[in-house]
Amino acid sequence: MIQINPDLCKGCYICVEICPKSVYLISNVTNKKDIKIPAPENEKNCITCHLCELECPDQAIYVEDKND
Amino acid sequence: MAEKNKQDFITDEEKNPYIKYFRKDRLPTIFCSGCGIGITINSFLKGLESADIDFNNLSLVSGIGCSSRVPGYLNCDSLHTTHGRAMSFATGLKIGNPDLNVVVFTGDGDASAIGGNHLIHAARRNINLTVICINNNIYGMTGGQVSPTSPEGTLATTAPYGSIDTPFNLIDLVTAAGASFVGRWTTAHPLQLSKTIKNGLLNNGFSFIEVVSQCPTYYGRKNKLKTPVSMIKMFKENSINKRRADTLSEEELLGKIVVGEFVNKKRGELSKKIDDLSYIKSGRNTIRKSAYIF
Amino acid sequence: MTKELFIQGNEACARGAIEAGCRFFGGYPITPSTEIAEYLSIALPKVSGSFIQMEDEISAIGSVIGASWSGIKSMTATSGPGFSLMQENIGFAIMSETPLVIVNVQRGSPSTGQPTMAGQGDMMQARWGSHGDYETIAISPSSVQEFFDFTILGFNLAEKYRVPVVILADEVIGHMREKVHLQDNIETLKRIKPKEDLKDFLPFKNVENGTNPMPSFGDGYNIHVTGLTHNERGYPITTSPKDHSTLVKRLVNKILKNRENIVSTNFKYCDDADIVLIGYGSPIRSIMEAVKIGRENGIKIGYLKINTPWPFPEDEVAKIAKNVDDLIVVEMNLGQMVHEVERVAKNDTNVHLFSEIGGTLPKPTDILNKVKKLL
Repeated sequence: MIQINPDLCKGCYICVEICPKSVYLISNVTNKKDIKIPAPENEKNCITCHLCELECPDQAIYVEDKND
Repeated sequence: MAEKNKQDFITDEEKNPYIKYFRKDRLPTIFCSGCGIGITINSFLKGLESADIDFNNLSLVSGIGCSSRVPGYLNCDSLHTTHGRAMSFATGLKIGNPDLNVVVFTGDGDASAIGGNHLIHAARRNINLTVICINNNIYGMTGGQVSPTSPEGTLATTAPYGSIDTPFNLIDLVTAAGASFVGRWTTAHPLQLSKTIKNGLLNNGFSFIEVVSQCPTYYGRKNKLKTPVSMIKMFKENSINKRRADTLSEEELLGKIVVGEFVNKKRGELSKKIDDLSYIKSGRNTIRKSAYIF
Repeated sequence: MTKELFIQGNEACARGAIEAGCRFFGGYPITPSTEIAEYLSIALPKVSGSFIQMEDEISAIGSVIGASWSGIKSMTATSGPGFSLMQENIGFAIMSETPLVIVNVQRGSPSTGQPTMAGQGDMMQARWGSHGDYETIAISPSSVQEFFDFTILGFNLAEKYRVPVVILADEVIGHMREKVHLQDNIETLKRIKPKEDLKDFLPFKNVENGTNPMPSFGDGYNIHVTGLTHNERGYPITTSPKDHSTLVKRLVNKILKNRENIVSTNFKYCDDADIVLIGYGSPIRSIMEAVKIGRENGIKIGYLKINTPWPFPEDEVAKIAKNVDDLIVVEMNLGQMVHEVERVAKNDTNVHLFSEIGGTLPKPTDILNKVKKLL
């Protein structure tokens, strides 16, 4: 499960770009600063590499490890 | 575009692996959207965890500039000092209490322009500090002026016709000055960066880690790299590992960012030497926190 | 029990520092203060302390501020050119409330000036040298004994009010040799840790007396220390007029409201004097001699010796001004503290300047000649 904190997201979309599995897309939902929040639209493709967590400059992403 | 509702984003902010180290009452940070400083913080915290360093024994020191705002956001003892002088404050802090883990956050202007002298002397002394220099090739805080690391031709508010200065190579600079651990990565290499930060933290001596980082607001906008993503892509495309770079000529390396670990050698460390001298002359190590004793 | 030594002023200062609990020195060589660093480089390791020669005076005071936050009483020593370089970080020490001692053995100035000669040209720099509104403590010794005693006093005041204290000595005091009595029951002021729980502690609280207890780095308080305007927690808050005003006024008032506890003066023959000489530092020696000769010759003359130029002893000067015809300020500059004397005394008496620059002490007979012209 992937969670995004809209209060912290500043809309740089680095997550959208760097995800090796193209999990993220820019959504239509905006936060208080009128920034469109990225959403994990293709979450099923997530390989839980946690790169997006590491590359999110604003600590706005949480990726839960999958229980197999 | 995907259709989403606001409630889809309800989140428990405690769950982000790095947020637990932040002073949450100070968030969000002042950093611009897409700034590389946040990525550097994450990589630092990951490196800190893998080096198994106690966060409560950590002291962060910084000077002035965007990068120097990092200590103010992390929930440990932090000293936000004057422009360029962080290295000297950190030197006193480390000698005063060698048991502390002292990390300096600095930038290209802070470390190599106004603070250049303190940087080379801290490296010469091999004092056990870990210096994380976030190099965005520009003065961000003051609005985009040319810095000592801006590549020739860089457009900046004080280089409107392109920089005609020759930039510093910070790695060569601190290596020549005697740093015992030297590494460089970009914000496009957060995993490698966190590993190098870990190695730097574990080195008992002066560790210098340069993070080539994006300033989309001032560097990018002026130099045809308008988005953070385009800057990170550029870093990825232009980076070349040290091992491969060693086989290439200077011309072939023009415009490339050489990344990797450059120096990792054991050498006598200053605060230990001062402790040892105290032991020889007084029969004990330097007294910690003596202001509370006498 | 006291021990008697015949030593140089700079050595007395260094010995005083050790007695006061100083265990860190960061400095840079400069005439005429270098012997302080040299002595401490020998002495500090013997008392489990640390000495470091830094790359310049900017980093010297930087290292001292860092060491102070590590929980060590710390100091540096310099002269005019180095004191100029330190000014920005002195402002940082004021804003961050970092206790430390800066010894300035003054020489002829401006610029490189007269490295081996005495001067008192840094009096106003000690007061106003760093940018912004602040109050400071400066102490001027006039003998080798006082250089020892006042260094100890400087450390105690630095700890009590959490400020940088400047010992404004001069080349004469730094390099002369005199007998010094070293007492072995010297009172030192220990730093006190906060009593509050880690979570509740506000390191920069707007407390009544202005000064908060000071934890050190590594104590677990997770404090943030910054030169930016900050709130009581220490976090930057740079656009709030109210927060800025509250902070800066607290920093200023912790000195001004304690003026009577900090100020130190001595006076002699002021009760019946027509003319009083005012001075500080080494020219006091000439003043005392001039007063002695004057009294022997029936001249009603006295002196006021200022031990703490900053905060300026306003009340003491004003009180004397009401009872005398003339005040003469004797200083080794072209007139600095005379402006302060004028500020508080000019409505009650005539204020004159006896100025001597060039590096040598004023001659008592020259001072006396100035006195005679006013009779």
